[in-house]
Amino acid sequence: MTIEIVRLAHGGGGRLQAKLLDEVILPALEARALGAPDAAVLDHPGGRLALTTDSFVVRPLFFPGGDIGRLAVHGTVNDLAMAGAHPLWLTLGLILEEGLAVADLQHILASVRATAQECGVQVVAGDTKVVEAGRGDGVYINTSGVGVVPDGVQIAPGAIRPGDVLLASGDLGRHGVAILAAREGLGLDPPIPSDSTSVAGAVAALLAAGVPVHALRDPTRGGAVAALQELADASGCRLVLDDAAIPVRDDVRGACEILGLDPLHSACEGRFLAAVPEHAAAQALTILRGRAEAAGTVAIGRAEPGEPAVIRRLATGVERRMILPAGEQLPRIC
Amino acid sequence: MKHLDEYRDPALILRQVEAIRAACTRRWTLMEVCGGQTHAILRHGLDELLEGCVELIHGPGCPVCVTPAETLDQAVLLTRRPEVTLCTFGDMLRVPGALGDLNAARAAGGDVRVIYSPLDAVALACEHPECEVVLLAVGFETTAPAAAIAVLQAEALGLGNLSLLVSHSLVPPAMEALLADPDNRIQGFLAAGHVCTVEGATAYQAIAERFRIPIVVTGFEPVDLLAGIHACVEQQERGEARVENRYDRAARDDGNAAAREAVTRVFEPVEREWRGMGRLPASGLGLRPEYARFDAVARFEIAAPAATGDGPCIAGEVLRGLRRPTDCPAFGRECTPDTPLGAPMVSSEGACAAYLHYREG
Repeated sequence: MTIEIVRLAHGGGGRLQAKLLDEVILPALEARALGAPDAAVLDHPGGRLALTTDSFVVRPLFFPGGDIGRLAVHGTVNDLAMAGAHPLWLTLGLILEEGLAVADLQHILASVRATAQECGVQVVAGDTKVVEAGRGDGVYINTSGVGVVPDGVQIAPGAIRPGDVLLASGDLGRHGVAILAAREGLGLDPPIPSDSTSVAGAVAALLAAGVPVHALRDPTRGGAVAALQELADASGCRLVLDDAAIPVRDDVRGACEILGLDPLHSACEGRFLAAVPEHAAAQALTILRGRAEAAGTVAIGRAEPGEPAVIRRLATGVERRMILPAGEQLPRIC
Repeated sequence: MKHLDEYRDPALILRQVEAIRAACTRRWTLMEVCGGQTHAILRHGLDELLEGCVELIHGPGCPVCVTPAETLDQAVLLTRRPEVTLCTFGDMLRVPGALGDLNAARAAGGDVRVIYSPLDAVALACEHPECEVVLLAVGFETTAPAAAIAVLQAEALGLGNLSLLVSHSLVPPAMEALLADPDNRIQGFLAAGHVCTVEGATAYQAIAERFRIPIVVTGFEPVDLLAGIHACVEQQERGEARVENRYDRAARDDGNAAAREAVTRVFEPVEREWRGMGRLPASGLGLRPEYARFDAVARFEIAAPAATGDGPCIAGEVLRGLRRPTDCPAFGRECTPDTPLGAPMVSSEGACAAYLHYREG
């Protein structure tokens, strides 16, 4: 009998758990080392390792432009890329809620597999737990990732210097608004698609061309302002954005106007911010614009000496400070 | 973006600022009543562009800021009842009362839902007949119609599980109270454009005449705000004091009769406590006796503890435009959006939050 609904016993470690793994999860993933009982044993490729972990509790599970499975791969791959690493392996921890339709689970797993293939990473270890109905939101996913940092790459938020140019790899704030619109049934037509994508290839292209990247940051929760504030604090630089240059799609701006949100407080899941020295900015722009996932790259501002802060310079010449959102503006978006 | 970019055009903004500077023979002090306008002024830097010719002081038009602590405490008490689902606008979650804020009430197990429209509460009550849905109905003339329509819909649907914790407030009585204060420095008002879309521009006629003060109905984008400021300054320079509508693309002189009718059917004016301003006669809305069955306070027999003061917070003076947020010794130190001592630091429309968000130092 095929499994149609996840039940509590599917997480109990017994025959039913084995059935869920053998019939649903492993076939869907075709994962290389998942057969090993406790730990994947992997060949060390040499060089420095980057390690990251991230949990995904997004609601709804399926949204315009992606789903929780796709997001779980992109999120972790992008975190590795922000360290300048070449992503290699992922783990996949699933926390399933009793009552979840197996068709939904299969859809999510297919998405994990396809996205991992696109990103050139392998899912090598996993874990599955089931919680009682009402104790979860269908599926929570944790992914840890391992990547290799090429020799000579030194990327750190503190490496930003006055004069550095700040680049954004595309329009900002879209994922958070896409999720909010989907969750709250805002009925935007056409719906705003999430920007969920891997930026690892774009980062690798920059590094391969020898662009001396000082810092990278993906503006996920808290949006671009939170990412920039971290960079400002770590580097001691004043980061000044040119308001007119900040890329935000019209539909995202419109939705933010209606909801009273700032797009720069809203998460991206397929964008990154880069600080590069001025002499390398034109080369970086050319490389990134040549890649589909970063075709919308623009220079949005500059690092200046001064107190660490994020400043928006308006077209009227007035400078306004930007601060972090207080907290739960867009709950659970990734 | 169409209908937005033209009202934020930097070249036009700079021309308007020049025109205002040219019109001023002295420095004028204007109050924008609405917190949404305060935020737009700070966000777009109009305060800085007008420095030296127009001082903008910020009014009490932030519904979150003036909602009395007692109402918040009643809301918190409601969340402690297992059958209650409390629906609120997101802004109210972090406003501190004597019993903490609604975020803490939610963390303690209360069912608190953020809604975008009072009609969401009606939908929730329909979907969950087993729940007692309570709508925390706050806001000015702009939000009262939607709350009234929620009541009328609930009545039409025969919903027995929806009630309201009402703390609606009315702008003109607050403007009168500000002007009656001998310490006030207000020489002209920018009236909130969206209030006038409901109430009409003529609602302010009596105030303009009685206090001999210009009142200009003003919108929310920088170009709208500067047009309102320019008109107000020109009246002052000419010694005029009348109601002028500079937001006529949205606000008609006679407002929105259908919205007012809904409000009048469901609500009646009542005396109300304004946080930081005290009790003002006929400055709030309460449910009419024929809709008393929708009153959450009566339905659940909740009694809130007596309100206590706001400690070192000078919110009251900030809300009356007597002092600036940066005059407060706690501003940006003990009092931040994460650790607010007063409501103006919490709300997205609060003056203190606006200063902290947009101005350096």
